[in-house]
Amino acid sequence: MLLIHCPYCDEARPEVEFAYGGEAHIARPVDPSTYSDEQWEEFLYIRSNPRGRHHERWRHTHGCGRFFNAVRDTVSDVFETTYKAGEARK
Amino acid sequence: MSGFRLADGGRIDRRTKRTFTFDGKARWGYAGDSLASALLAQGQMLFGRSFKYHRPRGILGAGVEEPNALVTVDRGPGRVTPNLRAPSVPIYDGLHATSQNRFPTLKTDLIAVNNVFSAFFPAGFYNKTFMWPRAAWEKVYEPIIRRLAGLGDSPTTRDPDHYDATYAHCETLVVGAGPAGIAAALEAAASGGRVFLIDEQEEIGGGALSDPAQWAWLAEASAKLAALDNVTVLARTTAIGHYHQNFVVAAERLTDHLAVDEAEGPREKLWRIRAGEVVLAMGAIERPLVFEGNDVPGVMLASAAKTFALRYGVAVGRKLIVMAVHDSGWRDALALHKAGVNIAAIVDIRRDVAADLIEGARDARIACYQGYAVTSASGGQAVNGVTIALAGVGKGQKLDCDGVLMAGGWTPTVHLWSHAKGTLRWDEAWGAFLPDKTHENLRCVGACGGDWDFGKGLSIGLLPAPKPLHESKAFVDFQNDVKARDIGLAVQEGFRSIEHIKRYTTNGMATDQGKTSNLNGLQIASGVLHRPVTEIGLTTFRPPYTPQSFGAILGHHKEALFQPLRKTVIDDWAADHGAVYENVAQWRRARYFPQGSEDMDAAVARECRAVRSAVGVFDASTLGKIEVVGPDAAEFLNRMYTNPWKSLEPGRCRYGLLLGEHGFIIDDGVSARLAPDRFHLTTTTGGAARVLNMMEDYLQTEWSDLDVWLTSTTEQWAVIAVQGPKARRVIAPLVEGIDLSPEAFPHMAVREGQICGVETRLFRVSFTGELGFEVNVPAQHGRLVWEAIWAEGQKHGAVAYGTETMHVLRAEKGFIIVGQDTDGTVTPDDAGLGWAVGKKKPDFVGKRSLARPDIVAPGRKQLVGLLTDDPQAVLEEGAQIVADPNQPVPMTMIGHVTSSYHSATLGRSIAMALVAGGRDRMGDTLHIPMPNGTISAKVVAPMFYDAEGSRLNG
Ligand SMILES: [Zn+2]
Repeated sequence: MLLIHCPYCDEARPEVEFAYGGEAHIARPVDPSTYSDEQWEEFLYIRSNPRGRHHERWRHTHGCGRFFNAVRDTVSDVFETTYKAGEARK
Repeated sequence: MSGFRLADGGRIDRRTKRTFTFDGKARWGYAGDSLASALLAQGQMLFGRSFKYHRPRGILGAGVEEPNALVTVDRGPGRVTPNLRAPSVPIYDGLHATSQNRFPTLKTDLIAVNNVFSAFFPAGFYNKTFMWPRAAWEKVYEPIIRRLAGLGDSPTTRDPDHYDATYAHCETLVVGAGPAGIAAALEAAASGGRVFLIDEQEEIGGGALSDPAQWAWLAEASAKLAALDNVTVLARTTAIGHYHQNFVVAAERLTDHLAVDEAEGPREKLWRIRAGEVVLAMGAIERPLVFEGNDVPGVMLASAAKTFALRYGVAVGRKLIVMAVHDSGWRDALALHKAGVNIAAIVDIRRDVAADLIEGARDARIACYQGYAVTSASGGQAVNGVTIALAGVGKGQKLDCDGVLMAGGWTPTVHLWSHAKGTLRWDEAWGAFLPDKTHENLRCVGACGGDWDFGKGLSIGLLPAPKPLHESKAFVDFQNDVKARDIGLAVQEGFRSIEHIKRYTTNGMATDQGKTSNLNGLQIASGVLHRPVTEIGLTTFRPPYTPQSFGAILGHHKEALFQPLRKTVIDDWAADHGAVYENVAQWRRARYFPQGSEDMDAAVARECRAVRSAVGVFDASTLGKIEVVGPDAAEFLNRMYTNPWKSLEPGRCRYGLLLGEHGFIIDDGVSARLAPDRFHLTTTTGGAARVLNMMEDYLQTEWSDLDVWLTSTTEQWAVIAVQGPKARRVIAPLVEGIDLSPEAFPHMAVREGQICGVETRLFRVSFTGELGFEVNVPAQHGRLVWEAIWAEGQKHGAVAYGTETMHVLRAEKGFIIVGQDTDGTVTPDDAGLGWAVGKKKPDFVGKRSLARPDIVAPGRKQLVGLLTDDPQAVLEEGAQIVADPNQPVPMTMIGHVTSSYHSATLGRSIAMALVAGGRDRMGDTLHIPMPNGTISAKVVAPMFYDAEGSRLNG
């Protein structure tokens, strides 16, 4: 079971308190109607799925309830860092 | 009959006899014996029959690596455990153990004829047989394979035991309490941190238990550990897996070693241990050698024979021959000789063996055959001799013996290291993989880290023999009956990677996970392919390290504690009134309230008629509820839902439709605006948490500028639906401060006031098509208000109705249930809910997707009603629909039935369905092929009752 550091609680807590939220830094467009079908498809469905460093979202569901971002290695599952939503990509 | 108890020695208690049975026969041993040592001491050589060929098999090892001697232990009804390894089963008074995989008895196994036909069971047998005609597989091969194969019988009755579970935290966890592990634990303890030392055996000591010279040290170290407050020592505790960030799961066996009537409390305890540092001290497992007849009972590992002699005081035979490719075989032979076990000869494929070993053997008058190999072992149910030949070439010579000890070198136990994704490196000197790199705070000490002196040796997969490989019966994996020639065949048939060879031959895939076979299999593949081992790869070890009971993994999470059961405050009342329940998400909901001998259909018909003609009360408390508060609440909901919300006036309700960004319906519900900055949202029963999570997601990560707060209030409100033409009359005497007149309180409105003296949010809403109210009261008053409404209702012919009636009533009105009439691929237009989409809104979640080419394309599945030609035929929900029932199979399926009921109100069946281009098929007849014939139905609008909605007004 992973230990995940919640940047809001500033605590490492067991994985069961958290919910995974998919790839991070995919912002919803301010006006989706200006997006072409291809751009919208890209936003909706296309993900980077890297081998290695992955920027992803987690929510401390059974804790503070906040969404935050993390960098996790998809091979080793080691968390490099976690940081608050809204902070720049690390 | 060749093993016997030595006159002295061992850690057994010779003053305490234990009696037990094996295959129904009375046996005995001493306290401290394992099932294997006690039986060996009584001359037992045959312990089981092999998996595929039913060959006679004896003991190979003295620990958990044992592949052959699998037994079933019976501790009473529901307490029957198959596939235990005889060397790891401690004996106790009254132990009942039976051998496995024999028919009818161990000595006379009829299926052993299999052995004669073994040519029909080559590598990949299963794969190949699957490709034969299907009928032959089902009728011939599968029944035969089921009869022949399988390890033990799975239990058929409920396990009456209970299992404990706990978490632990420590600075250092040491897995394996041999000399290296004990030293590591003592060293870690000195620094003051919390230390756990766990070991799978009956007592700590590991390899030292088989070495009397270390017993004094062991006793002293054990006492030292016991005296330390910061050290927890757990024997009989197997670390079954290493998971992320030094999270080790270990199972402690608490009672299986005790006589049945002495066993109290939980059977096992699952430890979930998070450790700062994990030290693996799991030792190494000796490798068998691969030669003709290496599976005949009496052929075993040299280290096992040493353990049986020195730890248990048992000689495994009267005249033993050692086949070594490693110094450790010589050392064990000399230790055995010293303990009084007769070693007749040592055969070693190597010509050069250390002088001190040869000298030691000569002093012990042991014949030495350097440069020789055992080319075959002979015997049926017990070995009676070997043939040895110089360099394994030619006819060779025969030597009599009643036991053969194999010393094939050592394989470090890196299983947990591999669970932790630690990398391995090939070590030529060990002829095995050793730990290399890890990102965990993890290290290996002692033999499992390659730091142990077993002497020198060769690593050799297959001993040289005059017989060609394809004729040889030399076994690699004893438990799965894989021979060296099977690996040869796999390579011949084109398999190159060890992962593929493993799966094709099943080498290493039995319950022992190849503890004694993986390395030999790899070496043989390497030899046949003429490529180095490192290029062939290594298979992956996965938890559990040894087979683990499901009971311990489940722990307390069974029966009522399997998952939470949510009950409303009215649940007890429903129980008192005979409710039949169904589970919806984690909620227990009253499905119907049968009276007398009513079945479900009769009860539902009665409940439906009562609601349509008088009034019914329904516990709707499970509806998800979210309080949305803040200056931007309306703006937020406007962005979330498809409908417009800003124009909704306080005191009014609106049906809200929620889409995912992909444009498909994911939830719905009626919500009320209580004040300009306050909404009372409802969601589906199952969707409450999901919807709140989604809303939090948008609020926190996309629209953090909005000033809105979301609070789950599902369990704060009890909700009582009062539905039917007499609904107003039922609640009127109870309500204070709310004008219930139709003019003052129209449909889709909300009012705050009091009912029975309790604050209420009273909704005038209807999921039945009748005049209806939903009474929201604080949960703690729910039962009181329900009973008051119920009492008042009795004056008007009220019934309590359950979810089944609720479903029928809403289907008569064509109201959808998200998740039943939708499946995550249904848009508002598909569901006929286009009216709920705000056309003028510039944006909402999912709006852009509604313009995607595949969403606007014609031919999408649309929700329609179906009326069967036979009004009494009730379609099956989920049944597939076709346009032409006479088309050849496979037919083109154009949709499926989503909801289907018998409607008492209409006196006939009704159904809803998702059908391709459904709204263009109005009036068409479609067909639903079922096992008992095809049912025809006409496509109609999904609205079966009171289409104009006049009944809403009572
Ligand atoms: Zn938190």
